[in-house]
Amino acid sequence: MKSRKVASYGLFIALAFIFSYVEHLIPMPFALPGMKLGLANLVIIIAIYGIGLKEAFVLSMVRILLVGFTFRDSSTLLFSFAGGILSWVLMAVFKKSKLFSMVGVSIIGGIAHNVGQIIVAILYVKNTSLIYYLPLLMISGVVSGTLIGILGGLVIKRIKKYLI
Amino acid sequence: MKKNDFYLIGGLIFLIAVMYFFINLSKTEGSKLIITVDGKEHKILPLDKDTTYTIEHEDGNFNTLEIKDGHVGMVDASCPDKICVKHHTIHNNNESITCLPNNVVLRVLSDEESDMDAISR
Repeated sequence: MKSRKVASYGLFIALAFIFSYVEHLIPMPFALPGMKLGLANLVIIIAIYGIGLKEAFVLSMVRILLVGFTFRDSSTLLFSFAGGILSWVLMAVFKKSKLFSMVGVSIIGGIAHNVGQIIVAILYVKNTSLIYYLPLLMISGVVSGTLIGILGGLVIKRIKKYLI
Repeated sequence: MKKNDFYLIGGLIFLIAVMYFFINLSKTEGSKLIITVDGKEHKILPLDKDTTYTIEHEDGNFNTLEIKDGHVGMVDASCPDKICVKHHTIHNNNESITCLPNNVVLRVLSDEESDMDAISR
């Protein structure tokens, strides 16, 4: 692997990790399970458009692993992985479809992450009452997805030539 | 941003509004609390009696809930993130507070419900 790629990947993972940490520090008054700003998704989507889908997948999984072991107990890893995988799959599908711009893909990714987490959580507690969280989570998914998508677009335009 | 992005956002907002509509349609004041641990019904408590109750798990973890004035809230828990404790109190049917690490679900129901989908015995 070219050393430039290795350096890029290292940077991306470090960034995603730090963003997750910062997100963790910001207090949210209406904390629902699964509600998050999605700052780390900014790094993921820039990776998807900047260095490649496969690379972004590995980046996402490593980030989830690192964050899971550092800040929470590993029981929540399952939900994060589910969200991360569903999110990546849908983003990959819709990026290839060229239907949406980075913003649309980011929104889909954000919502998929929430839905993935909720589905696994419902299976885990064997109780469907969690589904009532979906509307609220989806609102936060749309808002954060849009913002992250717009930000990502701005960043990618400027750094794309340095990445590959 | 492309045109399709706006359609996506619009469509999602519409979907969310529809969900909200249906959820609020069936909203009634709750009458009882069902505590589910590991997917199994643990205890049913009435909402009209103020109480504090602690669930003690086999692995040493705990969740403490309080029923006050018909509202249910989690006052303490042994989980690391305490999302369940920060959650606002619930009192309408189908509202719930979940502690994922400890696998606890507090769900409010009203009398008319036969809670067929929630409990697996």
